[in-house]
Amino acid sequence: MPAMRPSRPIGILGYGAYIPRYRLQASEVARVWHGGQDHVPIAQKAVAGPDEDAITMAVEAARNALARAGIAGERLQAVWVGSESHPYAVKPSSTIVAEALGAGPLALAADVEFACKAGSEALQMAVALVGSGMADCALAIGADTAQGRPADELEYTAGSGAAAFVVGLADEAVALLEGSVSYVSDTPDFFRRGQEHYPRHGGRFTGEPGYFAHVLAAGRELLSSLGRSPADYAYVVLHQPNPKFPARAAAELGFRPEQWQPGLLVDRIGNTYAASSLLGLTAVLDRAEPGERVFFVSFGSGAGSDALSLVVTEKLPLRRHQAPATASYIARQQLLDYATYARFRGKIAL
Amino acid sequence: MALQLPREWRWRQERYRLIGGRCRRCGQAFFPHREICPRCLGEDVAKEQFSGRGRVYSYATVYKAPVGFEEYVPYVVALVQLEEGALVAAQLTDVDPTEVQIGMPVECVLRRWRTNGPDGNIIYGYKFRPRLES
Ligand SMILES: [Zn+2]
Repeated sequence: MPAMRPSRPIGILGYGAYIPRYRLQASEVARVWHGGQDHVPIAQKAVAGPDEDAITMAVEAARNALARAGIAGERLQAVWVGSESHPYAVKPSSTIVAEALGAGPLALAADVEFACKAGSEALQMAVALVGSGMADCALAIGADTAQGRPADELEYTAGSGAAAFVVGLADEAVALLEGSVSYVSDTPDFFRRGQEHYPRHGGRFTGEPGYFAHVLAAGRELLSSLGRSPADYAYVVLHQPNPKFPARAAAELGFRPEQWQPGLLVDRIGNTYAASSLLGLTAVLDRAEPGERVFFVSFGSGAGSDALSLVVTEKLPLRRHQAPATASYIARQQLLDYATYARFRGKIAL
Repeated sequence: MALQLPREWRWRQERYRLIGGRCRRCGQAFFPHREICPRCLGEDVAKEQFSGRGRVYSYATVYKAPVGFEEYVPYVVALVQLEEGALVAAQLTDVDPTEVQIGMPVECVLRRWRTNGPDGNIIYGYKFRPRLES
């Protein structure tokens, strides 16, 4: 099966990140639940403030993407928001986001759900819409305020963040899309039933049959169908539920640490779910030079991966300073104690 | 509470995008939008989306909040002077009340204002936070 390619040249016109101000250190979770004795997977995670949710974070990331694209929201013909923490069970986040950006009313809008792959699935939808010639400009967002059950190992890493991408025609793009592969299968590695507040993970399914099977298959398929090797890429960005999985998968695909380290943010902001791999991509676009290639593979439980190959254009250095760098959001941080964190995220039922 | 839905909905663009008014006669910018200029009483007022950048003009810290805002206590309500000149009364966010100063550079963000109970709608609107340099 060949890689999917757009029927006309397209790319990313603008990208934007958002990471909330608050941080919860893993050592603080270990102190409360494990007497400080647990082995912690990361240093800290980003936590949304009490007035933030997937919608507010999506809006800020999208405004940054529009600023870099240099276009007004009214140019958007589609607004797709991928998340597993949409504030409403019934009522789209995407119409609120579109209204806040000044997009529509003549526009497509929908919420996308696919665990941590929801944002890259939205990106694939935008690529398809613009690549087919049905529209000239589409917005894809991944945004999550992920929650782990208190004391569960997910609580160390389940973080908050958002990333947004404006997809449009190649002549205005900061990075061109060369091709993509999507790969899915029915895998019970992680799930949350409709009325449940916290998700469950399917034990032995999380590593090999989940993350590694899908990331490696999608990544290998894209490399072989494009006739490329890892050495053709300056950067590789993978979904990052913890620091170990993406490093091991990237190494198995044949990449080197200097290719994956710039886009590996999980140790400082946690697993931001639908935004996780996309935020890594924003961090890489903040530093990539014209002509450099970026290899991207997301992963969402349930399960699936989207792999994309991008090449940076000469427009990127001119436009990246039109919005805050991902590193500035990472640097802006206020530590929380566990009690304040529990209050912010509604973990105490009154 | 459901009676407020039409009013909340009608104001959504002003709240989401900080759209105010500018008098075509005297040039005064103001928020929220009104049909008549508060300065010269001219009736030729255009709608304008403001930049969202401004400075704290004055502020007060709230320790005892009205219904729906209890979870944010203590928080700061400020009068922000926008670069366009308009004054906007708004909650500050992402800031410790002790860090707020007159003249502090701030920028507009979209945040939750409140919810109409656990099964009600969520009201979103503008707040201001310390400016993040890009
Ligand atoms: Zn006037």
